[in-house]
Amino acid sequence: MSDFFSMYGQMLIRSILIHLKYVLISVSAGFALGLGLGILLSRLPPKFSAVILPILSIFQTVPGIVFIGLLFLWIGMIPATAIIALSVYAMFPVLKNTYTGIEQVPAGYCEAAVGCGMTSMQVLVRVELPLAMPTIIGGLRMSTVYTISWAVLSSMIGLGGLGDFIYQGVSSNNNTLIIAGAIPAAVMAVLAGALIDRVQKKVVPRGLRKEAIR
Amino acid sequence: MIQFEHVVKRYGKNTILHDLNFTIPDGQFVVLIGPSGCGKTTSLKMINRLIEPDEGRILIDGEDYAGKNPVNLRRHIGYVIQQIGLFPNMTVAQNISVVPRLLGQDKAACDKKVHELLEMVDLPYEQYAHKYPNELSGGQQQRIGVLRALAASPPIVLMDEPFGALDPMTREVLQDEVKRLQRKLHKTIVFVTHDMGEALKMADIIIFMNGGQIEQMAPPEKMLEAPASDLVRSFLGKHQLSDSNPLYVEDFMRTNPYTVDFHRGVLECAEKMARSGVDTLLVTDDDDHYLGTVSIRDIKLKGREAGSIEPLISTEVRTVCLGDDAQESVNYLLTSGESYVVVLRPDQTVAGIITKNSMAKVVANTLWGDDK
Ligand SMILES: Nc1ncnc2c1ncn2[C@@H]1O[C@H](COP(=O)(O)OP(=O)(O)OP(=O)(O)O)[C@@H](O)[C@H]1O
Ligand SMILES: [Mg+2]
Repeated sequence: MSDFFSMYGQMLIRSILIHLKYVLISVSAGFALGLGLGILLSRLPPKFSAVILPILSIFQTVPGIVFIGLLFLWIGMIPATAIIALSVYAMFPVLKNTYTGIEQVPAGYCEAAVGCGMTSMQVLVRVELPLAMPTIIGGLRMSTVYTISWAVLSSMIGLGGLGDFIYQGVSSNNNTLIIAGAIPAAVMAVLAGALIDRVQKKVVPRGLRKEAIR
Repeated sequence: MIQFEHVVKRYGKNTILHDLNFTIPDGQFVVLIGPSGCGKTTSLKMINRLIEPDEGRILIDGEDYAGKNPVNLRRHIGYVIQQIGLFPNMTVAQNISVVPRLLGQDKAACDKKVHELLEMVDLPYEQYAHKYPNELSGGQQQRIGVLRALAASPPIVLMDEPFGALDPMTREVLQDEVKRLQRKLHKTIVFVTHDMGEALKMADIIIFMNGGQIEQMAPPEKMLEAPASDLVRSFLGKHQLSDSNPLYVEDFMRTNPYTVDFHRGVLECAEKMARSGVDTLLVTDDDDHYLGTVSIRDIKLKGREAGSIEPLISTEVRTVCLGDDAQESVNYLLTSGESYVVVLRPDQTVAGIITKNSMAKVVANTLWGDDK
């Protein structure tokens, strides 16, 4: 055990940090993108979302490795490749949940808000987004947890992260290495999930908690 | 003042409102009523321009707001809708402050307003201001909905079946409250309902709509007196006063009064009075025949040594028989200061009692209908 750490400790820590970096950057970017596009989509007439959402879900089923591979051919072996690919994947759940979250706000609340004299921006910020927040954060949670596991793929194109251990372990048939990559990733996913649950509790007002949707 | 001038609304080929013309003077409580789909909600939403007319004009205090930004107009017109009006992500205080905040009032001013309004409906600030809507009962929620509409002191308040989802008791209380607030604050209220009892109770003017047109526009009295059509008449239905048939004592009577057997002891009797919240009981014999009454005062005066209530029975209370004309008893109660009359069946058993309360209820029901 201590052998392992003296041999790989340094590398493990570096991999965790790189992994974390990829996840943080791409989840933030994906969240911002997903939130923005989701809001935009909800402002458009429903016929747009009727076309766009199915296309997105098809796109989402393209294996991450294919997408990373394509980007790799196009951009090259720089961290941006991994980050762009991961951001795009991180965006999907947030976009979809933002859109459905806003759509699910009962029309009565929006009508009341408009009737009170809110502008459409005020209706969005004061009523629709807060009411959609549990769903949006549910999307963030999903996207974070997924991104942590998808980030493993970035080592496939030589960009490091915990995937290094896993691939090395697989190719050299070394279970210790596989576990050394998998455990930190799993722990990271669990911790991130717990952290987001806490955030969820903080930002969702008491009045919405009972009906909170994952 | 709200004026509808030749207002027409169409959805596709369907004309929903046909050339609607009416004027609502300031400070009036106007109720829109009519069959489902007759265009009440559509008309109401045209006032705050949630719906735009296809033809005609709607003037508010002489001004036509068509083509202008409706946001400002809406901030000066209160709006209450059925059931879900309150924003679930906001506390009671935040909900009430929505419009004042939109108008740029500062936090202190809003808070003062919240205090003031909650006080008006007897919801203590400390207890309620920081609750969320899902922590309130339906009645409380709708009260807050009304307060929110009043918070920026708009001269006009629109209400679309605001009490439709409430139980009859709560509805009654809220109706009284809204009517009181309207009188006190001199608001112009336009109120949609399909409950004629509610319309008659609340309205200064009733606008009866049918198929996108006005069937009759009149004060409740006038509408009751001279319904313009059979449809209006059928809506008025049971609320119309029938002056033909005489009223009997049983019409005013409350059944199941508290009785006690004459063998019972005074203490037991006193206990029963306390438990039922009354100060006298009707005394009956073994065959349920009426013997008289016993009062807590007599028990207090000389009850202790008596032990049984038999010597305390008084026969001073007036009795009448089923089938007697009610007028005499009603007059007696109103003039004598006595609190009740006992109604007996022909076999001298107790049928019920008439109290001022039971009397008032019947009178109210004939005036406004006994809603459930
Ligand atoms: N957006 C719409 N598109 C098409 N038709 C509509 C629309 N809104 C209302 N209508 C029709 O207009 C008519 C009047 O509707 P409105 O909501 O004003 O009725 P109402 O008198 O309020 O009825 P209720 O008592 O059931 O609430 C109805 O026949 C309704 O079907
Ligand atoms: Mg309606």
